[in-house]
Amino acid sequence: MKLASRHLLGLDGVSHQDIELILDTAVSFKEILNRPIKKVPPLQGKTIVNLFFENSTRTRISFELAQRRLSADVVNFAASGSSVTKGETLKDTARNIEAMKIDMVVIRHASAGAAHFLTQVVKANVINAGDGCHEHPTQGLLDMYTLREKFGSLKGLRVCIVGDILNSRVARSNIFGLQTMGAEVSVCGPSTLMPREIERLGVKVYHHLDDVLPHVDAVNVLRIQLERAAAGLFPSLREYHRFFGVTSERLAKVNRPIAVLHPGPINRDVELSADVADGPHSLILEQVLNGVAVRMAVLYLLGLSE
Amino acid sequence: MDTTQEIIDAKGFARTVTRLSHEIIERNKGAETIGIVGIRTRGDYLARRISHAILDSEKVAVPFGTLDITLYRDDLRGRLSQPRLKTTDILYDITGKNIILVDDVLFTGRTIRSALNALMDLGRPASIQLAVFVDRGHRELPIKADFVGKNIPTSSDQEISVLMTETDGQDAVLLITHIQEGEVR
Repeated sequence: MKLASRHLLGLDGVSHQDIELILDTAVSFKEILNRPIKKVPPLQGKTIVNLFFENSTRTRISFELAQRRLSADVVNFAASGSSVTKGETLKDTARNIEAMKIDMVVIRHASAGAAHFLTQVVKANVINAGDGCHEHPTQGLLDMYTLREKFGSLKGLRVCIVGDILNSRVARSNIFGLQTMGAEVSVCGPSTLMPREIERLGVKVYHHLDDVLPHVDAVNVLRIQLERAAAGLFPSLREYHRFFGVTSERLAKVNRPIAVLHPGPINRDVELSADVADGPHSLILEQVLNGVAVRMAVLYLLGLSE
Repeated sequence: MDTTQEIIDAKGFARTVTRLSHEIIERNKGAETIGIVGIRTRGDYLARRISHAILDSEKVAVPFGTLDITLYRDDLRGRLSQPRLKTTDILYDITGKNIILVDDVLFTGRTIRSALNALMDLGRPASIQLAVFVDRGHRELPIKADFVGKNIPTSSDQEISVLMTETDGQDAVLLITHIQEGEVR
């Protein structure tokens, strides 16, 4: 068993077989996370650098835990307070770090394509941890893992992604991955936050939550960046909550449970009401645990490919 | 051209399982303190058989689990194809137990070394005893089995194949000899 690529840049173009291999491998790693000693040796002696040019708490901690639990050596790099503020280019930063004999690089960057660019200039395996509005493949994979665990299979599963689709790398990775696995994906959000011609990706577009909720098994609620309201893309957070907030009243109108996912961090009572976030159908904390298992699977499969 | 010789047939197979289970009970003075762990894939089925045999004779349901050693292998790197990772499934606490580690064939000893490390990461057993169905020699590490179904001395161009109903449709142990083209035997 082996992945087709030695990098993970996005889920666009990743085969059904490879996604299944990652998700199946993650099942084994999740078992390890429930042990008293949560550490296994396969990446012993491998050095991984986490290059985070954008702020991140959850993703960085999740990656770091995954790396340490596979016994890899980990170096963290945050852009603030580093050579980047002195004007060093991404290429130079990467090549200098690689000169210190690094085996894998995990990168988060504000520009789409940064991870792809890295693969051109360094020999290490590259994992994209979010590049601009392009993709965030490990988030997509952990969302899929969580849904598969809950529903047994992704085939035919109906998932709606709600919120700021325009600026969301999470949405893109979910759309590509879920469609490859045979799920039916729809998107819902204000038209100012909906990319033009998004239908061409094969998703159904809704502008009213109440129209789509009766037709789905799960909603993946995206975080609203608070500065978008300031940019005039919607009038106010209150109004956004009124029209697109996932609330228990809205979910109650549908006579069956709908699973709720959120990539975090949550703006409580903006995109998601607090009672739904803490409610029985929320899979949010499962997603966090699964994130570590899925990242272990990706690191393991890429780290041992020659 | 390969030649295949059946060393143990289905009846012999069942007898060997029964004998191994009796030896295990005898050594441990009963079945109360023991836990069984089979190494995936065939050691797993073999361990199941042994635990059933213990249940039959001692009327004790011995805790049972399966161990996947993939992550502990010493040849994980540099392989063209990665072995598929399976799950370790040991739902009881191994600490304080006399663990019977079960595998089908004992050869270089490297699998057992991996399994010992994997077990130690799960707890601190009172002891670990090794039960194998066939010991074919050629050890590369100082490892010795406590319970052996059958010793079959082999040469390096021979192979031992343990067949089990669960995976292969029949119970048998085969000795396969690979003969190079043109070689006189």
